[in-house]
Parts: sequence; structure tokens; C-alpha cells
Amino acid sequence: MLREEAEDFSLAVLGAGTMGLGISALAVGHGVPVTLVEADAARARQAPAAVTAQLRMAQLMNALPADREYGELTVTGSLAGAAGATVVIEAVTEDLTLKTKVLAQTAALTGAGVALVSNTSSIPIDELAGYLPDAARLIGTHFMNPPYLISTVEVVRGASTGEATLSAVTRLLGVLARRPVVVGDGPGFVTSRILHPMINDAARVVQEGTATAEAVDTLMRECLGHRTGPLRTADLIGLDNLADSLRVLAERTGDHRAAPCELLLDKVRDGHLGRKTGRGFYDYGKAQP
Amino acid sequence: MTTTSEPVAEQVQAFLTERTRQTWARDTDLFAVGGVSSMFAMELVVHLESTFDIVIAGPDLALDNFRTVDGMTALVLRLREAEQ
Repeated sequence: MLREEAEDFSLAVLGAGTMGLGISALAVGHGVPVTLVEADAARARQAPAAVTAQLRMAQLMNALPADREYGELTVTGSLAGAAGATVVIEAVTEDLTLKTKVLAQTAALTGAGVALVSNTSSIPIDELAGYLPDAARLIGTHFMNPPYLISTVEVVRGASTGEATLSAVTRLLGVLARRPVVVGDGPGFVTSRILHPMINDAARVVQEGTATAEAVDTLMRECLGHRTGPLRTADLIGLDNLADSLRVLAERTGDHRAAPCELLLDKVRDGHLGRKTGRGFYDYGKAQP
Repeated sequence: MTTTSEPVAEQVQAFLTERTRQTWARDTDLFAVGGVSSMFAMELVVHLESTFDIVIAGPDLALDNFRTVDGMTALVLRLREAEQ
């Protein structure tokens, strides 16, 4: 049954960054055909190998259904590739102007019943919806990295999000074996609103020389039950994305604690963005999938 | 060409020592003792493939095959034999 349901969907993913690649791998691994749109030619060229690497990792971790054939992956440089999709997931850089431009263009290219999903980590859905002709089509999902390993997904329902949109996304998540937790709208929703300022504080503690990154993470893990430690989590999120998200939070909540700290900004300036570049708060030797 | 287990196991142990800065007995569960993250398992996969010229795919691509040096050695020997 699930196999046929998977084939009912044709997913377009916009952006082949960390999350776009991860969401594509999750969908392909669950039998859903994916068109991955990436304007940057070099990134687009690397995308199929990157998705394959994530699929192998997912298989190694026993995170994919054994009885389902992979969906087909198509990578294209043109947004027109999203035209036939039944659901579109936007995963471009956490930047309001870029996200709204891409979403508005996609809305015009796709059918009126196609759900438009923004995988924003912080920008409120209602704010994005204001740029679309039909706000009912827009909804937020917040997949965690890596999507194939984390089976719960924060789903953000804006004030204007339609019932049909919510239902389409819930059905897709069911096919992907993810459990949705539907929450209301607001800067950072639930997870980023709580986690990102906490990570920022963790970085500040290191910046002030109170403790090393290892000490902070060890205490958070072993005394407070945090699964990976905030700074190792930061490296997994990507420090550039984290800084963008913190700026969004600080601007929209007025909370100065959320403004990205100097150490974080220094690392972003130096190109030490976490696992994806091989170095962030920790040294990984080389770029990691 | 036949491959015996000893050189394969030694090579795997050397790689583990280089990457984790500690030595590992052939039957120690790398993941259970907390010294090695499951993310590192993929590095092991890639390393074994490139070093021993094998392809690890399908049901062989399972974490249980990479738990111990002995387990990895057995996998390498089996895949190399299958290719001959």
C-alpha cells in the first residue's frame, strides 16, 4: 500500500544545500520520485553523488524501508522542473527575499492544489505567505538534520494555511515514515526558538573562556541529557544557517540574547561552517556528509 | 588471489588507531563502548571499499557488519572471494 502511495507523490525540492539534499535522500529512499532544483551549476553537479552518499548512510543506519524501491532523482537547474510536482518543498538559504522570490515563482508554475512547503528554520510562515497570491497553499516543515535519522518533523501551520495543504503534507510525511507535530506560527516556531538561543549561549560560554566546546557538550550531554551537545549540534546544523536563523529570531523577537555571538560570526567569516566544511566548533578532518 | 584474515584485520586496526587514537581488540564492539560514533561507520565503509577494492551494497550495508574488526575482516574476505 505504501509503495503505491509513494508513487502518488512527485516531490520537487528547491535548493541542494544540506537540508535540500537530506530531504531528497529521505524521499527517494522511501520510493518518492524527486526533482531537485539547484541554480548553482557546481552544486547541481555534485547533488546526485551527495544524495547517494546519504542514502547509503541511511541504509547503514537501518533507516530506510527494506521492501521499497528507490524513487527516481532528477536534478535540474531550472525552477520549471517543479511544474509537475504534487508537493514542493523549498529549502533555499534562510533569507526572506530569496525565499519569497522562489516561492512566488513556484506558486505561479504549479497547479492551484499543489502544497507549497517552506523548510524554514525561523522565518514565520505568515510572513512568507504575504508574498503569495494564495496563502492557503503555504505551510512550514522543519526537518532536522539528517532527515532520514530523525523521525519527528515540526510542521508549522500559519494563520492562513488551508486544510487541504495540511492534509497533503501530513500524507506525504506518512509515506516518508515521519511523525508530524503540528504547531502554530511565530519566529523560530518551537524548536529553533528554544534551541538556537541555547546554542548561542553555549558558544558565548566558549567565547568568554569559561569552558571548551568539549566541556560544554559533555556537561550538557552527561548532566542534562542533551543527545549530542549544543555545539556538536551547531556543527551539524551548519554555522552559517544557525547565524541566519539567530538574526531572524533577534530581529523579530527583540531578544538581544538571540543575536549571533562574536565567536559564531568569526567562524562563519572564516568559512568554518561545521561538518559540511570539515571544521566548526570541532575539527572533522574533511567535509562530512 | 586469496586474502587471509590477518593482514586485513591488521589494516583495519591500523586505520581505527589512526582515526580514533586508541587501539582496538579484534572482537570489541566499536559502537557499544562509545568510542566510535555511528557516523564514523560510513568512513569505515568507504575506507574498506577503497583499500580492498570491494563494493559494499545491499544487505551488506548494515551497521552490524562494522561492529568489530573481526566482523569487518569477515565481510572483506567474503566480498573479495565473491569477486574472484
